[in-house]
Amino acid sequence: MAYEVNGKSFESDEEGYLIDIGSWNEELADLIAKDEEIDMTDEHWEVVNFLREYYNEYQIAPAVRVLVKAVKKKLGADKGSNKYLYELFPYGPAKQACKIAGLPKPTGCV
Amino acid sequence: MAETEIEFDTAGITKKFMYVNRKAPYGTIYALEVLEAVLISAAFEQHACIVFIDDGVYQIKKGQNTDAVNMKNFSKTYGIIAMEKEDADEDEDMDMVWRIIVEKESMEARGLTADDFVIDVEVIASTELAAIMAEQEIVISG
Amino acid sequence: MLHTINKSPFERNSLDSCLRLSVKGSPILLIEDGVLAATRGTSVSDKMATAMNDHPMFVMGPDLQARGIAGDSVADGITVIDYGGFVDLVVEHGTVQSWL
Repeated sequence: MAYEVNGKSFESDEEGYLIDIGSWNEELADLIAKDEEIDMTDEHWEVVNFLREYYNEYQIAPAVRVLVKAVKKKLGADKGSNKYLYELFPYGPAKQACKIAGLPKPTGCV
Repeated sequence: MAETEIEFDTAGITKKFMYVNRKAPYGTIYALEVLEAVLISAAFEQHACIVFIDDGVYQIKKGQNTDAVNMKNFSKTYGIIAMEKEDADEDEDMDMVWRIIVEKESMEARGLTADDFVIDVEVIASTELAAIMAEQEIVISG
Repeated sequence: MLHTINKSPFERNSLDSCLRLSVKGSPILLIEDGVLAATRGTSVSDKMATAMNDHPMFVMGPDLQARGIAGDSVADGITVIDYGGFVDLVVEHGTVQSWL
């Protein structure tokens, strides 16, 4: 599989996760989001950018629980809940937000 | 396959886990597998002693660069363990004690000091570490 | 706590690390290539004899047989057990640390 943005092709796995995380850009993120039926708002970008920063620092995507805690720490208590993240990413914050952020599929189910 | 909000109720079940790391990173899969187990243990708010013995001390050595061997530099991932420990120490509502320990004899045998590691560790001599190990309820080794 | 060792003492440091990090009185079970430490007259025999002052020492019979080590070449003081005996040790001592 692959995504096409401005005539450029970005390879993905069969579930739509980007193969080369270095090739990610914001236009591509918009396209992946569209496939996931998500309109990217500032709130979505906050989470996606947080995931990319987290991945850069720790080399893995956070578990949902870690994501909730970390978002709470960084973006405030009102945003640090499962509910808030599921409202933004209804099919699972870890799975959907990671895909949009160009990160590999989270390995754990926690 | 819409997912509803997930709540984990693990209250009341807290055990003392020890993770024994004895292998250098990259040569075998042990180090990475134990690290993943530690991260899962954090999700369930368990007590954890993460111990580095023998060549395991190389897992947290500073300055790792895996670009040329085409593998992920997971020494950075140990930062999550340091962060979890910090959370456990700070959060009074959370009953979770984490310790990160390097065995003194293994460290010294390899010419290393506590400053050589990517995270803050307790350096503990084997006799004392043996006593800590004997108190554990579950030991996961690699 | 029960300690198990499954590596040869001639190839790895599992035996040394186990002896350094096990408290007095805790049993040690040699399995797989670890059983090589149980044989008489080796370069680790003295170390094993000293260890047995502090630890009950067991060795897996099926692993000895597989490697052609007869019962009479096992050093004195080491108890040869079978899989059932392994289970009994785990039940008795609960937590297991595997020196891999």
